[in-house]
Amino acid sequence: MKKSSPKKDPVVHLPEFVTGSALSFPILKILKEDGTLYKDAVLPLIDREKALKIYDTFLFLRIFDERMLAAQRQGRISFFMTSTGEEATHVGSAAALQDDDMVMAQYREPGPLYFRGFTTANFMNQLFSNEQDLGKGRQMPVHYGSKKLNYMTISSPLATQIPQSVGYAYAQKIEGSQSCTLCFFGEGAASEGDFHAAMNMATLFEVPLIFFCRNNHYAISTPSEQQFAADGIAPRGVGYGMKTIRIDGNDVLAVMKATEEARKLAVEKNEPILIEAMTYRLGAHSTSDDPSGYRSRKEENRWKKSDPVLRMKKWLLAQEWWSEKEDQEAMDTKREEVRNEMQKAEKIPVSELSSLVTDVYDKPPWHLQEQLAELEQHIRRYPKEYPKSSWRFKND
Amino acid sequence: MTEMNLLQAINSALDIAMASDEKVLCFGEDVGGFGGVFRATSNLQKKYGKNRCFNTPLTEQGIIGFANGLAAQGQSPVAEIQFADYIFPAFDQIVNETAKFRYRSGNQFNVAGLTIRTPYGGGISGGHYHSQSPEAYFAHTPGLKIVVPRNPYQAKGLLLSSIRDQNPVIFFEPKRLYRASIGDVPETDYELPLGEAEIVSVGSDITVIAWGAQMEIVEKAGAMAGEERISCEIIDLRSILPWDVQTVENSVKKTGRLLINHEAPKTGGFAGEIAATIQERCFLYLESPICRVAGLDTPYPLALEKEYTPDVFKTFEAIKAAMNY
Repeated sequence: MKKSSPKKDPVVHLPEFVTGSALSFPILKILKEDGTLYKDAVLPLIDREKALKIYDTFLFLRIFDERMLAAQRQGRISFFMTSTGEEATHVGSAAALQDDDMVMAQYREPGPLYFRGFTTANFMNQLFSNEQDLGKGRQMPVHYGSKKLNYMTISSPLATQIPQSVGYAYAQKIEGSQSCTLCFFGEGAASEGDFHAAMNMATLFEVPLIFFCRNNHYAISTPSEQQFAADGIAPRGVGYGMKTIRIDGNDVLAVMKATEEARKLAVEKNEPILIEAMTYRLGAHSTSDDPSGYRSRKEENRWKKSDPVLRMKKWLLAQEWWSEKEDQEAMDTKREEVRNEMQKAEKIPVSELSSLVTDVYDKPPWHLQEQLAELEQHIRRYPKEYPKSSWRFKND
Repeated sequence: MTEMNLLQAINSALDIAMASDEKVLCFGEDVGGFGGVFRATSNLQKKYGKNRCFNTPLTEQGIIGFANGLAAQGQSPVAEIQFADYIFPAFDQIVNETAKFRYRSGNQFNVAGLTIRTPYGGGISGGHYHSQSPEAYFAHTPGLKIVVPRNPYQAKGLLLSSIRDQNPVIFFEPKRLYRASIGDVPETDYELPLGEAEIVSVGSDITVIAWGAQMEIVEKAGAMAGEERISCEIIDLRSILPWDVQTVENSVKKTGRLLINHEAPKTGGFAGEIAATIQERCFLYLESPICRVAGLDTPYPLALEKEYTPDVFKTFEAIKAAMNY
């Protein structure tokens, strides 16, 4: 364990209070809204291929969000959450990681999955809760996860993944894996006790971990000024003895650069890092709320101007890595793919009845076997009442 | 009388409670200006000001710890936990603090004024984190009262009693019924007793007990049984802790049979407690084993929600099985 180095504090003889304003956080920006770079800004490791892979993920997410939001409104899926406006935070950070780095997300960060090869079908099968969903149709839409892609399955309760990420990173360290964990959370979730416990343990245990806060200004309807009185989340990192950086979360190059540097410190020096990315949730919290009940259109429009996707597109066009024609073609292809995969996923049946009792334990114990048998017998008696399951018994 | 849904009835109860006692405060995540994610606290901030109805940060342990402090000072906080599935960060504050405040101080301090409101239960495609029925965890905690209403009329009267009761109360609201359950509710102030069950339909062959959203299910099953000339006595337990053993005992002594239905998993569910107590008191009156129709001993599923649920057909079959024992 880390021993705190002896530090001599000055002694005073009149009370002196230290205030938060003694601390100020510069904000890292690399890419301007017009698609040009700030003078003196240093690019992250990025070439044309990587840039286009990031942008490809952006386009997918935009079309995916738009189509699935519509699908929810049509009653085809029960629930959805968009990440519109925040794409640079989760895609940019994924682009600065290695594929064997672990991602522990909150729920509004599908980018790393797509970036690492999660297919459109994978997404659709989860959203339609069908039998090909990797989570076996057990969780609400957007609770993705992939062991293969090092992306921990999403859990709805907020902030629970934060202390878990400390444990995961500790294990990576003691195994000498040379990889790290990146943990996403929102500025609202950072009010949970789990966040504070995690921050303290991370610096104490010196783990290779990046805490990535998406400060999108809203926790459902609660604006950040009603969430905390201090200057954002960043000062808390310093308070727990952690190197901390605040960045423009709508600037994908700044996100990459900060994550790249953080990863070096995490993996090479076992220093946990806190990144606070300033961004904005352009859509609703979920398909269950309407933001017009808690914020103004004017405010939303102000943030639309710093759209991370458009900003990157301008940069790509400016250096002739991309053209409007290619942009249109890519969007058309993605639309087609989303439409096709949605239609396919919709037709796949839900998991079979026994999936109710599997995975509760490694093997279903006697009482679950008994309950399954009783249930099956009951469904055979009332096949019409349980159409999702009873059709499988027809050919017995 | 006005026609209200269950949410409106709760809003009306909170409105009356705040109007009649300035020590009543309402708070929780998104509770203030927005009026809560389900709108149970709509307009309360406008009417009673930001000091009495407000948003909290996103921290359930903070919300309940804060509420304990308010109540210890003599206020009547009505704290909302957005979903019962998210109450567990506050488990320590509730189980070790709320429930034991009076006892440990020799009644020098108490949190009598505290009410915790939280939506519970499934049937809304919510998967395992928006569907749980955690009443039994809390029923294992002496010092708490636990109340679950079945319809708008009950919700308003029971919530007003809960807020004014001189003990901390957890008030579980059946969210599946928030907008689905509609009924006549007095606009005026009224209270319904805590700790008292209600016989909602008198019968002679079997006693059927449930609470909250499951009442609708057992009433439908009772009607199906009626068509087969089985007479069900249907009881809404209303309070889980303390529960009305006398009403249940009297009924079982009359019918000789008992079925308990709850949405929570069977093992460790509150039906087990009722069954144990009733066999102690009615052993020689029983004509069939006491029967539990409950959720499976698994997390609450999503795609197979219908299969998991202790629904009308499972209840109806269990009633018949008890009759044919």
